[in-house]
Amino acid sequence: MDPTTPIIEVKNLTHVYSAGTPFEHVAIKDIDLSFRPGELVGLIGHTGSGKSTLIQHLNGLLKPTSGQVLFKGENIWKDKKFTHSVRGKVGLVFQYPEYQLFEETCWKDIAFGPKNQGISGDELDARVRRAAGFVGIGDDLLEKSPFDLSGGQKRRVAIAGVIAMEPDVLILDEPTAGLDAAGRDSVLENIRAYQRAQNAAVIMVSHAMEEVAAICSRLIVMNHAGVAMDGTPAEVFVHSEELTEMGLSVPQVTTVFRLLRERGIDLPADVYTVPYALARLAERKEGRRC
Amino acid sequence: MLKDITLGQYFPGKTVVHRMDPRTKLLLLIVYLVTVFLASTYASAALVIIFLVTVTWLARIPFKSMVKGLKPMLIFILFTAVLNLFYTKGGTLLLDWWIFHIYTEGIKTAFFMVLRIMLLVCGTFLLTYTTSPIALTDALERLLSPLKKIHVPVHELAMMMSIALRFIPTLIEETDKIISAQKARGADFETGSLIRRAKALIPILVPLFVSAFRRADELATAMECRCYHGGEGRTRMKVLRFTRLDLFAFFAGGLLLAAVIVLRHFGL
Repeated sequence: MDPTTPIIEVKNLTHVYSAGTPFEHVAIKDIDLSFRPGELVGLIGHTGSGKSTLIQHLNGLLKPTSGQVLFKGENIWKDKKFTHSVRGKVGLVFQYPEYQLFEETCWKDIAFGPKNQGISGDELDARVRRAAGFVGIGDDLLEKSPFDLSGGQKRRVAIAGVIAMEPDVLILDEPTAGLDAAGRDSVLENIRAYQRAQNAAVIMVSHAMEEVAAICSRLIVMNHAGVAMDGTPAEVFVHSEELTEMGLSVPQVTTVFRLLRERGIDLPADVYTVPYALARLAERKEGRRC
Repeated sequence: MLKDITLGQYFPGKTVVHRMDPRTKLLLLIVYLVTVFLASTYASAALVIIFLVTVTWLARIPFKSMVKGLKPMLIFILFTAVLNLFYTKGGTLLLDWWIFHIYTEGIKTAFFMVLRIMLLVCGTFLLTYTTSPIALTDALERLLSPLKKIHVPVHELAMMMSIALRFIPTLIEETDKIISAQKARGADFETGSLIRRAKALIPILVPLFVSAFRRADELATAMECRCYHGGEGRTRMKVLRFTRLDLFAFFAGGLLLAAVIVLRHFGL
């Protein structure tokens, strides 16, 4: 497939909760977005900005109040069967996915998704082992009960449960929330491994700016039920004041560089990761020496 | 979604009905229920309907939500109507076909039964629409407090009730989330045989029970951390007090009951 054609598109998407009651609430309004294969997108925004509502539209869990969601150019609501099949192609990992584990063994739990797609026998076993491999769950753990694992391991088994369907688009809602530093790094590494191996589009909702800055190639900022910014991390983090106004933070190193600039030190504004910052500082040092 | 099935959900407001003491509302509901059963004549039934409509109007509850509340009762109401229609004898015979016999008395009984059920449901909804669950359990605790003398654990029961009520929305939300997550993994709850559909519930029920136990455990610990040790010596932040409004409400309720008894006596 041509890498420039979008795999999933959202057009004029609006969703209203509890329409017609005193609890009516517009969650997202007039959103237009498109995602391409191989993209690793970070979706950020403060609580209640509509991120979760948006991602639940992408695999047809929520039906738009108005507007369309297109998967490979086709409306995902065109018929019931297609909606159902899209759920296997657009994998959605919810927040705290470990709370959805239910089977006796990890193998069975990971197999739940592909089994629902109609896969069985050797192919099913291969899928489960491949998915477990992506998240670093060894064969010895596959026969254990998921309730006996550690928090980080449970999370990775749950993510494997979605990866086993081998979706073209993988969406994760705060995949690292509540994990320790080691757990966080391994989950992020697993996600990248899957994205590279399958050339999948990955959309990751996150509150940790350092995290999205380090791994995402594109950032979408949501505010007041709409898209406020959409661009590369460098393009987005340049607007650190606006982001702070929206109740979001920027990576610490970006703040440090901004404060230094305010004191009259000539430094670039597009710095958002520590390695890049070091490189720019080294460059500056070189420049002085000459 | 599941959220829409929470019937009788509290509508926040500041009307006279909302401001009434929950104890008054609870006692008035009992008076109202007695009245509904006493009202067996057209005039008295009309009086009860006028009372209900007036209170609904005072509480600014949209008429639509009342009708929506009746919807799930539809089958039950229809069943009662049909049963009463065919099984009541008396008056003149209107229809006599095969095993079906309809008498005028049957039509009347069916009409009153349907009306009564509808009035009962609407009255109860009026209470839950205008009173928050917390206020309701508070009222219940206060009204039942004399039973403490005979060692009924009134406070503990009320606490359990408010915790249960408090967790209904949480568990509904949780269920919603689990359903969505399993749907995202391709689970299908809508098609297939009865056994298949029952089996499809396992991926929902197991995580739900696990999380319900986890929550109960966490809540118990949190309560103990804040030195909760039962009802003894516990004071309240909001003390319930009867006001003139409640006096007026009791007066109105008493008047309704008296009027219905009088009308019944004269057979109107």
